Amino acid sequence: MKSLQELRELRAELEKEISARNGEGKPKIIIGMGTCGIAAGARDILQAVSQEVRKRNLDVITTQTGCIGMCEQEPLIDIQLPGQDRITYGRVTAKDVERIVVEHVVNGHVVEELAIARLEEGGI
Amino acid sequence: MRELSLHILDIAQNSIAALASVIEIRIDENPVQDRLTIQITDNGKGIPEQQLAQATDPFFTSRTTRRVGLGLALLARAAEEAQGGLGIRSKVGTGTKVTATFCHSHIDRAPIGDLAGTMLAIIMLNPTTEVVYHHTYLEKTFCIDTRQIKYELGEIAINHPAVVSWLEEALREGIDDLYGGD
Repeated sequence: MKSLQELRELRAELEKEISARNGEGKPKIIIGMGTCGIAAGARDILQAVSQEVRKRNLDVITTQTGCIGMCEQEPLIDIQLPGQDRITYGRVTAKDVERIVVEHVVNGHVVEELAIARLEEGGI
Repeated sequence: MRELSLHILDIAQNSIAALASVIEIRIDENPVQDRLTIQITDNGKGIPEQQLAQATDPFFTSRTTRRVGLGLALLARAAEEAQGGLGIRSKVGTGTKVTATFCHSHIDRAPIGDLAGTMLAIIMLNPTTEVVYHHTYLEKTFCIDTRQIKYELGEIAINHPAVVSWLEEALREGIDDLYGGD
């Protein structure tokens, strides 16, 4: 197994920047992880999201939700920028992920042609 | 589901929905004895006895967003197709143990698939849940426990992108060593 020493060194390195990473108001990326989502490829979508986040060194919260009843549209990802409506993207492919991350998460523009639902801010 | 690792990810979601604080995933592979066992144990809220008998019925679910529950039913089917079976033991307030057995060499046994991806998904998306992954292949064992990793990390979050990278490499190397090496 990879050495824990490496992990300790990583910790020391990350502790230097931790103060900058704290605080509210981060963009949220939410992935549908119900049986339907997983069967449709949600794990690969999560991997693509994770790679984009690492590649661009983004400070976001990546989280999950269960089945929301739109099984036929899976894999689903939702993007919620602080203070803005939550947008659901459906039938997302790994290729779409880069576009959604760059256009929506980084630049703040909803990718209209992939979006399938909008949930007003404050609503659940 | 094309891969057993996807079933594992799916069953672990049940544990998370059951508010488990610890999920233990044990995989025991023995091609010599021609068996494969996957066991997922959690300390979640458990399944009431009257629901246990229905747990693998696709037309039963405790959820409210749809009227079917496929996770356990799909895993039961995958196990039965490979001359194995599925067992569920659960106690309300204590937790649930799901055990799937397979004939390792059976032609209809689904491939295990990307276990590292599955473990990463569970750990990354549920940073407050403790995950133990214990995998035995013949006499070799690979084990990872998020409690040990968190101890080493101190205040640093386990789903910090840099930590996720470390975890991914640790998982991939560990699993490769299990199958390869000699």
